[in-house]
Amino acid sequence: MRARTSRLTHQRVRAAWLFLAPVLLVLALVAGWPLLKTIAYGFTDASLIDPASAKFVGFDNFSYLLLDANWWAAVWNTVVFAVVSVALETALGLIIALALNAQFPGRGGLRAAILIPWAIPTVVSAQMWSWMFNDVFGVINHILLALGLIAQPIAWLASPDTALLAIILVDVWKTTPFMALLLLAGLQMLPQECFESARVDGVHPLKVFLRVTLPLLKPALMVAVIFRLLDALRMFDLVYVMSGNSRDTMSMSVYARQQLIDFGDLGFGSAAATLIFAIIALFTVVYLTVARVGRED
Amino acid sequence: MSTLLSKLLTLLLLILISGGVARAATLSISCGAVGKELSLCRQGVEAWSQRTGHHVKVVATPNSATERFALYQQILASHSSDIDILQIDVVWPGTLAPHLVDLSQYIGGDVTQQYFPALIANNTIAGKLVALPWFTNAGVLYYRKDLLKKYHAQPPATWQQLTATARRIQDAERRAGNPRMQGFVFQAKGYEGLTCDALEWIDSFGGGALVDADGTVTVDNPRAVAALQLAASWIGDIAPQGVLNYDEEESRGVFQSGNAVFMRNWPYAWALGNAADSPIRGRIGVVALPAGGPDGHQTGTLGGWQLAVSRYSQHPELAADLVRHLTAYAEQKRRAIAGSYNPAIPALYRDKEVLAAVPFFGTLYTTFEHAVARPSRIAGSKYARVSAEFYYAVHDVLSGKTEAAPALAALQSKLTRLSRGGQW
Repeated sequence: MRARTSRLTHQRVRAAWLFLAPVLLVLALVAGWPLLKTIAYGFTDASLIDPASAKFVGFDNFSYLLLDANWWAAVWNTVVFAVVSVALETALGLIIALALNAQFPGRGGLRAAILIPWAIPTVVSAQMWSWMFNDVFGVINHILLALGLIAQPIAWLASPDTALLAIILVDVWKTTPFMALLLLAGLQMLPQECFESARVDGVHPLKVFLRVTLPLLKPALMVAVIFRLLDALRMFDLVYVMSGNSRDTMSMSVYARQQLIDFGDLGFGSAAATLIFAIIALFTVVYLTVARVGRED
Repeated sequence: MSTLLSKLLTLLLLILISGGVARAATLSISCGAVGKELSLCRQGVEAWSQRTGHHVKVVATPNSATERFALYQQILASHSSDIDILQIDVVWPGTLAPHLVDLSQYIGGDVTQQYFPALIANNTIAGKLVALPWFTNAGVLYYRKDLLKKYHAQPPATWQQLTATARRIQDAERRAGNPRMQGFVFQAKGYEGLTCDALEWIDSFGGGALVDADGTVTVDNPRAVAALQLAASWIGDIAPQGVLNYDEEESRGVFQSGNAVFMRNWPYAWALGNAADSPIRGRIGVVALPAGGPDGHQTGTLGGWQLAVSRYSQHPELAADLVRHLTAYAEQKRRAIAGSYNPAIPALYRDKEVLAAVPFFGTLYTTFEHAVARPSRIAGSKYARVSAEFYYAVHDVLSGKTEAAPALAALQSKLTRLSRGGQW
């Protein structure tokens, strides 16, 4: 009896590997190999124009990178961007998801409509917003001036004080619908009995939200947040289109691209890319650990 | 007898086939696709194809110069023969030279001497002529003819005059119920465009071109400091704060919507500003950029595009012949008339038909002839870093983060270190 089970298990494990093999192979080719290659280039002085003449330089690139104030400014910008934008998107997304979860006529149409900012390609919406933020012909200054909220037009993207804020606002505008949709999907999976019994007992809606909805929604919320956080940490297109290589808003990816493509420094740029990978991996590990500890409670 | 005949016939056939293959080669050329560029390139290439019987593929490349540069570097680094002829920017020969064919072995000095000598010098790297000039470019000053006339002002000859005129007209227009009016717009976003603009300011004050002919870094000098101090004073006065994030198109957006008195831009803005849908059509004047005071001189940063042949081309000789055809007098004349592309041949600036199509080519001839080159030839593959250090330093001065003198002193030591003491 025992022998038969183990043989069956053995067979099933073998079948599983057989079915997984093509996927693993594809993953190794399209993700693993480029990643290893990038990490390897990080230890050389390779140039984009002539990668063949690369020499091994040990940790030189990394030690130079860790001493570069511009790199740390880019890390700081990225972390601020990621934390602030994901926090805002989660809060707003949750509110929208709760609203859309209620029964009312025209709900389907509204759900589709809120996805429009998410559906517009980032490059297009970034360009659109940078025109709207323009200090001379931009519509945002026009509205704020007309409402009497500001006395002088603000150069949103040119001023170091407002540039990152403006970029965060655009990201919130763009990604809140996506967050709302993920959370709405989570809300619709929740067991209705809990809500019904709460209603029968006459529990205050706020208490229902805090004690029933939120704890039940937590797994979906965690997944949505990690999803967005990883995305925000490698943020590139929005910053690059809206303020280019400006050091006031430069993200880690913009930094790596500038080194790799503009300066043609394949080795140093790869070192930066490797470090971005390490930082994002670190974030994920910390986040998952915290989330697991939370679940055990 | 018959077998011998058939063998001979087969041999003849083989010769014919192989000869035929060698005759009808296929070349590929990458040319830009901004505005009329692509259709003009196609027409030029087709004329050569019909004359020689060789087939030419026109390859699409990204419009953004930086993206195109990255693509070229990758194609050339992999020694690929996919593209035979490359359209390259005026600042790239220094970086790409090791991968380009020396054209002087196919093209004689009699052809080469018809171009602007500065362009030929720019395209000659370590004694190798790596590209032929296709069209040139230089920064120019656009102004609103109607506004200058209204306020009885002349187009400025110095930056100081420009500052005064711009402020006077801007303030008067704002009082007259035009609150968005700006005096002067230019490119001050942190990118290559700011390098071009700031080089013009410094050179016009007599402050040199960042690096001198022997490779010594010269950017930290009193004239350069004076130039940047004047430019920094414009922000928030005659130029909007937002100019710090403007590229060519955003400055054109402000100027073309009628909200600026002066604009620094490339010649391409002429055709667009005078297009049928432009609000300021027919009200634009173009002059050379002002001089930096009485001791300064008028200048403009050299731009423009060249044609080069890849070292990995299967048919370098044919490719060189196509380059010769596309950069020849007749073709450059056609492009100047049809697309207002600045010819790289001085004689064309005296051609009646060209001047009838684009009048300012005649009045601005000296600007195009004496355009100041960015230090790309001497800096070679380090040019992109030099340019970035320069535009970051200038951007910090313009945005008021640092003063001009300490910023240029810091830049001087950075560039000296980068150039290994001027050896590059």
